[in-house]
Amino acid sequence: MMDAAHPLAGTAAELVWLVPLLPFLGFVVNGLLSLSSAYLPGPLDPSSDPTAGHSGHTGEFASVQMTHHGHRHRWEPLVTILGPAVVIASFLVSAAIAWAMLRTGADTPFVQTYGTWMPAGNLKVEWAFQVDRLSMVMVLIITGIGSLIHLFSVGYMREDPGYPRFFAYLNLFVVFMLALVLGANYPVIFVGWEGVGLCSYLLIGFWFSDQANADAGKKAFIVNRVGDFGFLIAMFLMWSNVGALDFAGVAAKASQLPAGGAMITAICLFLFLGCAGKSAQMPLYIWLPDAMAGPTPVSALIHAATMVTAGVYLIARSSFLFALAPAASLTVVIVGGITAFFAATIGLKQWDIKKVLAYSTVSQLGYMFVGVGAGAFTAGVFHLVTHAFFKALLFLGAGSVIHAMHEAYHEGHAHHDDAQDMRNMGGLRKAMPFTWAFMWIATLAIAGIPPFSGFFSKDEILGTLFARAHDSPLASATWLGIPGSTILTAIYGLGLVTALLTAIYMTRMMIYTFHGENRSDAKATPHLREAPWIMTGPLAVLAVLSLSGGWLNIPALVAERFPVGTAELLHHWLEPVVGQATAALGGEGHLPASTEEALILVAVGVAIAGIAGAVLFLKPARLTRAAAAPPERGVAWVLANKYFVDEFLNKGLIQPVVRVSRAVLWRGIDVGLIDGLMVNGSATFARGVAWVGSRVQSGLVGNYAWAIVLGVLVLVGMMTIR
Amino acid sequence: MRDLLTAIHYGSWILPVLLLLPVAGAVVIWVAARPAPHEDEREYGESFIARDIAIGVLLLELVLSLGLWWAFDKDTAAWQFVVDLPWLAEWGARFTVGLDGISLMMVLLTTVLMPIAVLGGWTGVRHKLRTYYALFLLLEAGILGTFLALDLLLFYVMWEIMLIPIYFIIGIYGGERRIYASIKFFLYTLSGSLLMLLGVIVLWRYTGGTSFAFDEVMRVAPKAGPAALWLFGAFSIAFAIKVPIFPFHTWLPDAHVEAPTAGSVILAGVLLKMGTYGFLRFSIPLFPAAAVHPTVRTLVLALAVIGIIYGALVALVQTDIKKLVAYSSVSHLGFVMLGIFAFTEQSVQGAQMVTISHGISSGALFLLVGMIYERTHTRLIAAYGGIARAVPMFSAALALVAMSSIGLPGTNGFVGEFLVLIGTYSVYPYLAAAASVGVILGAAYLLWALQRIIFNPLDNRENATLSDLNRRELAVMGVIAVLIVWLGVMPEPLLSRTASASRRLVDRVHAASPVPVSAAATALAPAAVLPAPAAAGAGHPGGR
Repeated sequence: MMDAAHPLAGTAAELVWLVPLLPFLGFVVNGLLSLSSAYLPGPLDPSSDPTAGHSGHTGEFASVQMTHHGHRHRWEPLVTILGPAVVIASFLVSAAIAWAMLRTGADTPFVQTYGTWMPAGNLKVEWAFQVDRLSMVMVLIITGIGSLIHLFSVGYMREDPGYPRFFAYLNLFVVFMLALVLGANYPVIFVGWEGVGLCSYLLIGFWFSDQANADAGKKAFIVNRVGDFGFLIAMFLMWSNVGALDFAGVAAKASQLPAGGAMITAICLFLFLGCAGKSAQMPLYIWLPDAMAGPTPVSALIHAATMVTAGVYLIARSSFLFALAPAASLTVVIVGGITAFFAATIGLKQWDIKKVLAYSTVSQLGYMFVGVGAGAFTAGVFHLVTHAFFKALLFLGAGSVIHAMHEAYHEGHAHHDDAQDMRNMGGLRKAMPFTWAFMWIATLAIAGIPPFSGFFSKDEILGTLFARAHDSPLASATWLGIPGSTILTAIYGLGLVTALLTAIYMTRMMIYTFHGENRSDAKATPHLREAPWIMTGPLAVLAVLSLSGGWLNIPALVAERFPVGTAELLHHWLEPVVGQATAALGGEGHLPASTEEALILVAVGVAIAGIAGAVLFLKPARLTRAAAAPPERGVAWVLANKYFVDEFLNKGLIQPVVRVSRAVLWRGIDVGLIDGLMVNGSATFARGVAWVGSRVQSGLVGNYAWAIVLGVLVLVGMMTIR
Repeated sequence: MRDLLTAIHYGSWILPVLLLLPVAGAVVIWVAARPAPHEDEREYGESFIARDIAIGVLLLELVLSLGLWWAFDKDTAAWQFVVDLPWLAEWGARFTVGLDGISLMMVLLTTVLMPIAVLGGWTGVRHKLRTYYALFLLLEAGILGTFLALDLLLFYVMWEIMLIPIYFIIGIYGGERRIYASIKFFLYTLSGSLLMLLGVIVLWRYTGGTSFAFDEVMRVAPKAGPAALWLFGAFSIAFAIKVPIFPFHTWLPDAHVEAPTAGSVILAGVLLKMGTYGFLRFSIPLFPAAAVHPTVRTLVLALAVIGIIYGALVALVQTDIKKLVAYSSVSHLGFVMLGIFAFTEQSVQGAQMVTISHGISSGALFLLVGMIYERTHTRLIAAYGGIARAVPMFSAALALVAMSSIGLPGTNGFVGEFLVLIGTYSVYPYLAAAASVGVILGAAYLLWALQRIIFNPLDNRENATLSDLNRRELAVMGVIAVLIVWLGVMPEPLLSRTASASRRLVDRVHAASPVPVSAAATALAPAAVLPAPAAAGAGHPGGR
């Protein structure tokens, strides 16, 4: 059952099963409370008004708060305590495990096996968790940030009739996400992988009475399944050619495959297809912006901080494979770099505050993939961590804004405009000073301004990329004939441009939302006010983390000059997990200090230029409310419509498939050819023959009897011939 | 548990009792539940008794059969619980019943699903109840006989006997087009089984006209020589129609749609599995060389993959919920055939797992459709939408079953599909990859249907006042939910019981194969993804 010699044996790490079990209990109880409303009279979930889904209002709460403002679910007090408590308890257990790891200095995976899942022949898949340094980083993020977001949700969702259902889904999500990062083999990861997809589906479509929400959930699930197809094929390839599915087994045996060979490259590319689905990379990014249809805490937890980073985690977890396949690693860099840039351009022209953040997330995930693709696994994971801090903060801040807008519209008895459109906001700084300040911290972090956390992680990715472009095994590899050094240099350039765009669109969002004059309805404006403490509290914690998260991995260059602490903590922490792979892809090449300084100056200069440019050129006073806004033209029109990718897919792929299935496969082949011509045709034929037969045999022979006669004839014939 | 079973000599009487009990029950129903004298009392007067007797017998069957789970010795591939009685002495036919791991799971699937189907469709049928429930008990006897028979003539008789009750169940208690559907079903099946009878007789002649016993027939089957291909075909067409393999599937949507709820559940849950069981029990073990004949094997595998994709695409565009579920069966059964004919231990085990889990999830889908139909009297998807608000319990159950059917890991649906695909991939990577596309399409058609039924705006005002699942329906779905999660998380007890018989089958096929199955497969493997010598050193996982 366990490895008694392991330093973690006998410590809190043996309680790792509790980490997902606690939220699971929360799911069970909250789920039952939610279903119990089916038998206890009370407000229907989410609305007893059958027409509510058709209300003209758009955005969150549209159908809910209008009809049920002030009502709370009968189990609201219990859910309020239980929902967040199970995740906080899970965080405490995780912290104890992390402490045990720090104390013992354990640097090998601690695998706990709980039973056999799928045994068949020589295939044996086990239920097993793996506690190691990489999985614990993820577990702390999931339960830590998860706790904060659960607390925020109490304030955000309390008035919703589906309150227990919301927490049931959210708890279940945490369970699967933990299984995803704790799994000790690929199939167990896959359980979490598809499980989080299920929860994402349920939560995106949480307000399912609006068809757009239900559509968005379905789209997320199906697009993710396309990625999961890749994950499945990767597992099949591993099993057929490596002969194992657990990390230890695959790592040990994969090195026997020829490095850089077609097989290992294929495994990595199919794995990456899975990652591209889950982490919204080109061309499978299309579901994530639509996923904003879910409640904002969901966007913060699932579609920013945790689930969408699962792809980055999977590549870091499979670093031993990618180290053997430079061509696949370069593919990851290219896709990540292009996605980062592409999404950032779309982010420039979005008006919905959550859509800006959604494209920003796609873009930042692109950075992470550039990092792990270039073999800078620590840098990729580092950006994953800081991004979890500042993007969760941005989303929760946006949620706080949307919440305030709704309350104001409602209390002022104003016309309900779109509460998420920035053209209807402006000047919120005065009403919401805390949210304003916190979100600026996050904006500076994502833009890459020192000493905010995002600066350190983004700079590490770009710096490593630059270094790898000059001297590394990756630079000497080729990708479809193009030298790796060319690719890495080009993506470095693209990364810098993306950093500029990031600074611009984030500043644009802040200016339009918080600065200038308020553009909401005159009746609503006086009712705008700051969110309650249960919502601003988590924001404050995240703000501190966004500000100080860079401390986790201070570059040696900085640590030498300023008394800020130990350099490269995260790097040393992850060294046992990804060190070998990093060396295999990146070599030993280090940049001279002067070059490194120059790179930092360039990156900071770009960020400052972006912010300054946006502040100088954007004039919130010129904006009109969304309802009165003139249509976009030219490039802005293309960007605002996201390059028409969704329209293209719908017309070019989905509709043709449905049409062909209906007209050709069903009506044509099934009903027409097989049934019409062959089955009923032979029946008609038989009737015809039977009619002839009936003339001969005085009409006593029916279809059934005829079949028997025919059978007997064939039978006799066979026996005679033999 | 085992000691107790040994003490009561469980193994020596259980199989005949399982077969005779439902027949006795049917007789009791026929006698005890005679129509009441007055017209208005007839319906109620007989219903309670007939229904109560039926469910009592079915539950007793279930309890008795559960002993098999513990009494079964999973370390052997030999026949167990064999009972051998004289029957038609002059032809050498005997009443021989027994089981191995493959049939054990089919028997348990039947005894579990039968009471579930009847309880789920408890109030669905409202006339001629005496006949209805008597037919159901006869149906159970016929199905169990088919799965237990170790004598080819007995098997054939059971196979045909089973047709009669289901024919009447569809034809009398079905929907509007029940006559067309039942006759189509009957003729389709019969045309196949007549060929099978021919095959049985030819095999009987090989034994010198002395025996139909399975073991004896298997001993003499190699006498067929080149004719084995024809005999394989004669058996397989019958089974292929039952599965159904594309393009023999068009009886299925009609039969499923027109049958009453309990009938649909048993059709999808058990009857289709008689086809795949036929391949596992007869076609392949009797004629292994024909089964691995490159043309035959390629044809079956190709049709299986076509069925997976085609069934899913046609399911996508259905407007009738029951038809959608029916076409999804075509897709799922494609996975079973793919797994069987890939002939690896993983895929054959996986095929049986898909068989079981499709029985549970597809049966559950039909139950749920029946439950909502009883309330609204429509099966059109367009008539629903947004009912999750009105009937949350129903919606939660539907969502869970849909996830199982989609094959979400952690549910029963995933285990089978995963084993089939991973086993197939090791010998036919391209076909397995193509079949995996069915995983995407499965999500597409079920989620789209789910959205149009339980999500979206609650447009139809009549649906706002629907009543949610009652206690009986809830209990039935609760059992199904437990099965879904149990088999998804801990399939090991089941897989370990089918392991020996599956290994024997795979070994037999490999022994009969002119070239090693794995070597034949490498011819189909893509050169670019071909395992390098070092990878070949990792062993051939597909084989053993």
